[in-house]
Amino acid sequence: MERIPILRMGNYLLVTIQVDMHDKLALTLQDDLTNRIIEANAKGVLIDISSLEIVDSFIGRTLANIASMARVLDAETVVVGMQPAVAITLVELGMSLPGIRTALNVESGMEYLRETVEDHEESDGDFGDSTED
Amino acid sequence: MAISGTVQKTETVPIVSSSDVVLVRQRVRIWTTEMKFSLVEQTKIVTAASELGRNTLEHGGGGSLELALVVNGARQGLRLRFSDKGPGIVDIALAMKDGYTTGSGLGLGLGGSKRLMNEFEIDTKPGDGTTITTIRWK
Repeated sequence: MERIPILRMGNYLLVTIQVDMHDKLALTLQDDLTNRIIEANAKGVLIDISSLEIVDSFIGRTLANIASMARVLDAETVVVGMQPAVAITLVELGMSLPGIRTALNVESGMEYLRETVEDHEESDGDFGDSTED
Repeated sequence: MAISGTVQKTETVPIVSSSDVVLVRQRVRIWTTEMKFSLVEQTKIVTAASELGRNTLEHGGGGSLELALVVNGARQGLRLRFSDKGPGIVDIALAMKDGYTTGSGLGLGLGGSKRLMNEFEIDTKPGDGTTITTIRWK
């Protein structure tokens, strides 16, 4: 089955969406990410959408759902790299993505996650072996 | 007022599965690129097509998209016509309202795509399908 790869780096999960997702693929990503947050005990999720040429209401809703589910599981989500034309279109469509934290690029997205997670963390973080699939 | 213009070229894309909605986006993207719409205009048109294509699939039970290059005087436009043989829309005004949905979506599809396009017309009869015709002029 077609899947979007999820990379793990320490306490963070990284996703780069590089294909034009059909709706089922977006839902699979939502499920996979939720499971991986628990498995990896992840504290942060970074989703890079810089390759996405459009974000319609379905993809927007999926991103919002991922952020909400992650929050319930004690993980922060940041969506990075939205193209300007996509942002203009989303707002005109009527979606301002409330509840989604965004950053301009991967670097500032990671910086945001580190700051937020450190604020929340008192105990030792599991910065052990990185795995990817 | 009816949406008018001389049709110069058409293409039909069937919409029967969720991967066809991706195909709709790709074909519309190619047309908008060929017609030299700006990047923001391309993004708006493709996004509207994605919303309407999904409606055709989910509410109409599948159907098709006809793309057409229309010319009206000195103006050139891209016309998208989504047709289905589904249950039709009982209350168009309500269906156009942001936030109203009969499915599991956000209810932004119709109202949102109208804002992204220049002309927008719904032809529907309860029990007899829906045809949505929309144009973005250059």
